[in-house]
Amino acid sequence: MKIKQSAVAGTMESSDIMVTIAPSDGSGIQIELNSTVEKQFGQEIRRVIRDTLTKLGIDSASVTAVDKGALNCVIHARVETAAHRACGENHADYVWGE
Amino acid sequence: MFVPGNNPGMIRDAGIYDVDSIMFDLEDSVSVGEKDAARFLVYEMLRTIDYHGKELIVRVNSPDTGTGLEDLRAMVSTRRVAIRLPKTECAEDVLGCEKKIAAIERERGIPEGSTRMMAAIESAVGVLNAKEIAFSTKRLIGIALGAEDYVTDLKTTRSADGTELLFARCMILQAARAAGIDAIDSVYSDVDNEEGFRSEVALIKQLGFDGKSIINPRQIKPVQEIYTPTKKEIDRSLAVMDAIEEARKKGSGVIALNGKMIDKPVVARAQRVLDLARAAGVLKQEDKNER
Amino acid sequence: MNADLKKIPFLDEIPSIHTVFEPDRITKDVRPLAERQKQGNKIVKDLETAIRLSGLKDGMTISFHHHFRNGDYIVNMVMDRLAEMGFRGLVVAASSLTDCHAPLIKHIKSGVIRRIETSGLRGELGEAVSGGLMDVPVVFRSHGGRAYAIETGELPIDVAFLGAPSCDPYGNANGYSLESGGGVMCGSMGYAKCDAQYAKKTIVITDSVVPYPNTPCSIPETQVDYIVKVPKIGDPNGIMSGATRFTRNPKELLIAESAANVIMASGYFEDGFSFQMGSGGASLSVARFLRDKMAERNMKAGFALGGITGSVVDLFEEGLVKKILDVQSFDLKAAESVKKNRFHQQISASYYAGPGGKGSAVNQLDVVILSALEVDCDFNVNVLTGSNGVIRGAIGGHPDTAFGASVSIIVAPLIRGRIPCVVEKVNTVVTPGKTVDIVVTDQGVAANPQRADLLSRLKKSNIPLCTIEQLKEKAERIVGKPKPVEYTDKVVGVVTYRDGSVIDLIRQVKD
Repeated sequence: MKIKQSAVAGTMESSDIMVTIAPSDGSGIQIELNSTVEKQFGQEIRRVIRDTLTKLGIDSASVTAVDKGALNCVIHARVETAAHRACGENHADYVWGE
Repeated sequence: MFVPGNNPGMIRDAGIYDVDSIMFDLEDSVSVGEKDAARFLVYEMLRTIDYHGKELIVRVNSPDTGTGLEDLRAMVSTRRVAIRLPKTECAEDVLGCEKKIAAIERERGIPEGSTRMMAAIESAVGVLNAKEIAFSTKRLIGIALGAEDYVTDLKTTRSADGTELLFARCMILQAARAAGIDAIDSVYSDVDNEEGFRSEVALIKQLGFDGKSIINPRQIKPVQEIYTPTKKEIDRSLAVMDAIEEARKKGSGVIALNGKMIDKPVVARAQRVLDLARAAGVLKQEDKNER
Repeated sequence: MNADLKKIPFLDEIPSIHTVFEPDRITKDVRPLAERQKQGNKIVKDLETAIRLSGLKDGMTISFHHHFRNGDYIVNMVMDRLAEMGFRGLVVAASSLTDCHAPLIKHIKSGVIRRIETSGLRGELGEAVSGGLMDVPVVFRSHGGRAYAIETGELPIDVAFLGAPSCDPYGNANGYSLESGGGVMCGSMGYAKCDAQYAKKTIVITDSVVPYPNTPCSIPETQVDYIVKVPKIGDPNGIMSGATRFTRNPKELLIAESAANVIMASGYFEDGFSFQMGSGGASLSVARFLRDKMAERNMKAGFALGGITGSVVDLFEEGLVKKILDVQSFDLKAAESVKKNRFHQQISASYYAGPGGKGSAVNQLDVVILSALEVDCDFNVNVLTGSNGVIRGAIGGHPDTAFGASVSIIVAPLIRGRIPCVVEKVNTVVTPGKTVDIVVTDQGVAANPQRADLLSRLKKSNIPLCTIEQLKEKAERIVGKPKPVEYTDKVVGVVTYRDGSVIDLIRQVKD
């Protein structure tokens, strides 16, 4: 998957995370995080974002995230959504399940 | 309990409440631009959060659309949910959806038939076709009434005593009973009006409905209270079962209790009361011995 | 003249007799009361005058109460004036400090304030202290602990600055106006009573001077030295709401109902029982759930203690609670009730929770409902620091009531956002696990194993019991494992137990 345009997913409500993915100039995955639980989970949140993008085959992107205490599964979902939106076309061949 | 599909906080907390079934909605409570976000969110959260054995259902968008089809693909793959089909008008609607579900099951190696379904009837046509809908497939666990859309279709408005819904409620109930599946009533949107809510629950319980849809945990208690048999009802039912047991031991044919004949319908009703009582936790297994 | 000392036999055995009366030493004040009300009384020109007259010097200890909560103007007003007058190195012993006291930061930086004693710190001030703002650590005391320290002289107060909604020209002060209904109102002045009693000098600051005598009163004139009238002592909106609302948050209601069920199954829910509820969302609603059961069984509570809210007053006025002992009125309804109900009595912090030998009201509690920021597997409770180690709460009467009550119940959601409330070890121990009996969350109830009596009773009921470890693991499974807080070596806070002994230390959070 290739990031073609900037896209957003998620909200700034409690327990959610607002993820903005934009194309980057090939310098890997850059993450800028603003989280209410930075000290306790900042590292973990960045890891989940990075892993999700890697699994989707994205090796270069510029990510900005505003986190309000989202669980890992929520971060995973929001990153996936933003990534799909950022890639432009409807990826109807997304494989659901393990 | 209905839970909007794009709200992580609510999806997360849904499991702590004492409800029988949680319904995650990808349809009307999610805006058009967020259908994909809700799908990913419900998909990921369903696979992670522990819902303590509660029945899980997802209301998908119409499977005739690309969105709805993708919803089906995602939700069936979780292997954890039943699919609620909105705006069901006829048996073909159900069967069409079933075909798509079966294809996904085959594709993903899921045992065919394991994904259950629920049909929501929300129009006059749907009400008239309730019987054929209820009998359409073995996957159906129940049919529900979607009052808001139905009332609009009728070209009237909702009233406090619900006269305009009487026919639909009765039709759906007859169809459900004939097919041996559950009948679930619609939501009551005025969360602050507890009295109005209670009258409605009392009414649909009397009509015979198996359950009520709710949109806020504050509505849980009234439903539980109204559906939980009273001590008097429980005692009476236990007495009926005792009489049956007595008669069986003695080998006598006709059974009477307090001068009244106890025949099959009476026994069946008594058993239902005891089942409800046990489900509500007001009757423990050890309390009385019955079939 | 008959008063010849030399004529008294065994004079050496009567140490109090040593002078003869001299009429020149006494002069009557023959002004009419009406005139005395207007001048020549304890009211001084302004705050600066009162400060000078009090004899306050650098390095001395001053005190404040926190009955005006987030609408307080007194602390900042006095500190600003003291700074202008050039005071330095003062010890501020407030009964508590809140978000609105952030302006103290500049006085700490400039050296006006050298040391702080308080029940809690919040907002920017708490963050600043956690960030290492002060050289000398802040001393945290519970309400009972502070009263005890003041009484025993461990915390000697030189000058107490006490805001009061009404005061007469000779110092009788109240937490409301006896006449009118308007103006600032705080109800009980329980935390101010100890200060007024033991401070070397007491200055009352009021915005409403009323005719003598302003009785019945919270603070008697016999304890007051000077009075200052100012235009505003506080913001009514920040002081109290009209009535603390029952929560509509479904999770809090779930927890409240569960807590009420625990109380009912505990064996302490009998006619004449006593209780204390908190002021947080869930704690407040517990009373509502108990109410129906009490009315059904024709039960009356012997007394309610607290921290009193309108919901407790409702129970009182319905006849379900016989007496109220009030150290702090949280809302208008409670304040009005102090004013008008004879059996709703205001009590001092010492009477409320003092650990001294003669006992206090907390010892007569059957049940107390308390909140928590964190609870750990030993049942220790943290109400002071957040999961990131930053100071953001107050001890209040937590350890006092947990000790005094026969059953202490902590109510808290298992998780707040992504922060677990039940953890392996709390960041700061405020209330020792030995005094904590039950923890009620939205996902299960745990009883302290040392209370076999409670455990056996709860097991017989429908309550979803589990161990505290199971709660901790459940939380961890949901949110993941948080990174432990990183501290530096610098101690920024000393947490004391009720008797003044040190129970934990708070360190500076690493940036």
